Amino acid sequence: MPRTPSEDTPAISIRHLHKWYGAFHVLRDVNLTVARGEKVVVCGPSGSGKSTLIRCINRLEEHQKGTIVVDGIELTDNLKRIDRIRREVGMLFQDFNLFPHLTVLENCILAPVWVRRVPEKEAVQTAMHYLERVRIPDQADKYPGQLSGGQQQRVAIARCLCMNPRVMLFDEPTSALDPEMIKEVLDVMVDLAQTGMTMVCVTHEMGFARTVADRVVFMDGGEIIEENEPEAFFAAPQTARAREFLGQILSHGQQAAGA
Amino acid sequence: MYVKHERHPELPPPPSELGALGWLRHNLFSSWGNALLTVASVALLCWTIPPVLRWAVLDATWLGDTRDACLDSAGACWVFIKVRLGMLAYGFYPQAERWRIDLFFLLLVAGGGPLVLGSLLPRRGPARTLATRGLAAAGAGLALVLHGLLPGLLAAAYLGLPSLLARLRAPAAPGAAAKLGLALLAGVAVHALAPQGVALAAGWTALTLTALVLLVPRADEQGWRLALLLTALPALGAVLFLGDGTWLPEVETDRWGGMFLSLVIALVGIATSLPVGILLALGRRSSLPVIRTLSICYIELIRGVPLISVLFMASVMLPLTLPDGMHVDKLLRALVGVSLFYAAYMAEVVRGGLQGIGRGQYEAAQSLGLSYPKAMILVIMPQALRLVIPGITNTFLGLMKDTTLVAVINLMDLLGVIKSALADSQWLGFTKEAYLFAALAFWVLCFGLSRFALHLERRLRYEKH
Repeated sequence: MPRTPSEDTPAISIRHLHKWYGAFHVLRDVNLTVARGEKVVVCGPSGSGKSTLIRCINRLEEHQKGTIVVDGIELTDNLKRIDRIRREVGMLFQDFNLFPHLTVLENCILAPVWVRRVPEKEAVQTAMHYLERVRIPDQADKYPGQLSGGQQQRVAIARCLCMNPRVMLFDEPTSALDPEMIKEVLDVMVDLAQTGMTMVCVTHEMGFARTVADRVVFMDGGEIIEENEPEAFFAAPQTARAREFLGQILSHGQQAAGA
Repeated sequence: MYVKHERHPELPPPPSELGALGWLRHNLFSSWGNALLTVASVALLCWTIPPVLRWAVLDATWLGDTRDACLDSAGACWVFIKVRLGMLAYGFYPQAERWRIDLFFLLLVAGGGPLVLGSLLPRRGPARTLATRGLAAAGAGLALVLHGLLPGLLAAAYLGLPSLLARLRAPAAPGAAAKLGLALLAGVAVHALAPQGVALAAGWTALTLTALVLLVPRADEQGWRLALLLTALPALGAVLFLGDGTWLPEVETDRWGGMFLSLVIALVGIATSLPVGILLALGRRSSLPVIRTLSICYIELIRGVPLISVLFMASVMLPLTLPDGMHVDKLLRALVGVSLFYAAYMAEVVRGGLQGIGRGQYEAAQSLGLSYPKAMILVIMPQALRLVIPGITNTFLGLMKDTTLVAVINLMDLLGVIKSALADSQWLGFTKEAYLFAALAFWVLCFGLSRFALHLERRLRYEKH
């Protein structure tokens, strides 16, 4: 059961969010509240604004109207607030975006040392701890270019965790991976979910959504048009567009999702 | 249906692909046209090299101290270079004070050498420590033997400082800004107490070092060596070259000359054009319209005019605009001119590198909470600069050779000194030797730089370790 927002101050609270790219209205009156520890999966056809929405949460995209409050801090133009929020919000990207000139370990300790000013020794200990958790401690001294896609994405997860974030955002973390590597990344994400991390995840992995999500949010055309518990959403989507979308991705994605 | 159960065995390549014969076939005689070219090239070399060799080495005069030694030889007269070597190297810098220049370059080699060596030797292991420490010890020893006790001590202090500093733990007090302020205050205090000469250099060094110690959370020996090379050594150089009037007699810059002056201009140009160029490149890509416009205007304006005209402007026009009695040293004006000129070129090279870095890298850095400067210094610039090492090297080489243009504003660089040496009525007619020597000197410097850059490029290729 998802926790209701009233139990606690919500981890993320988005109210009447609007965003335009030039004249193009990409996000239209989006409202979303994510409680602490809640796992929300955002899905929808490409171009529906789901990536844009989660990129607004750590200000990689600027919104023009509405409010976003993360961990009690409202996102404004104020750089200090943006920095504070980014420190508490980790983000995973579709193409990993590890720093290729640094080793895996250096990737992991960079932000703790330079942003949180953690002593290097301590940062290394933390990094090794998380690298063990994503099951690649033996790759610590390699460069990202020497790792497979799945390994890189797991390093990216460890790199985020080293900052000890309160919220993690996932922007299609498995879309750029070969099929045989998707599982290793999803397994780590499931582990992470079990630790009680607040997660907002844009993904097409419906199997993952079923096992992990407290709630599924379906977007189309820049709007949230359906929001439900995963079982109910997959069993009986309420809107025609959601039905159509699920029909399309499940018809030939069934094997992958069920695997 | 077809099923294959056994793997095909691995076979060696055919003999025509292997050995010296294979190499010759591939590289020199791969086709009729190529074979013809090979033969023609060998013939050309056989035709041109022997006479040059005969003139420059076999028939040349190496011994003697006067012009008479060369009278009955058909080859080059290297005696001229030998006799004038001091002037070619130091210009009109007073004989008794030339050790100061030697000491500086000794420190440069012994202090910067480990950085080069460090990148040549494996990252871990005793060889690197031994080589870098050995070089430092040798530098200090050489200074002691050649220049006496005080210079020896100075060299030992400078060269030993990096390993000392690396052992210091940075104090973990909060507030980088407060620390920087403190360091600035300390620096200003030192400057106020002793406004010139040795004390000024000491103050500058103290200031920059304090700032570095306080601001940088971690730096190893090599890091400190680089930091000292960029902060303390220039200050030391300025005092050594100029003198402070009490311990070291002052030497006016119009007596500086020769290879020394060329090197000073090249080093200052290289050391300032890169950072200024980086700032200009960032400015040009800034989202703030004022900064962007100013950067674009500066870059396009400077790239649109020849260096000679910049030098002329700095030398002739600038004094006219300055108020009476205010005097800016001619060398300083040339230095500023060369640096700012090359900064514009550097900016475009760096911008090329920045464009090679994907948006994802910026976003990853941002999402981890790195501020703009930190993201640039730690994530973007290391990648962007590595990408454009060939372009940076190119610009540096151009700068090095363009230092000869300062001759047009009557600075006595290597070419200027050669011109005045050739005008000596006792030594008329040795133009070939003099300019060949100059060409050789520049070639050695430029070739060394280009080889080092090439090596650095390979060393920093992180995709395939």
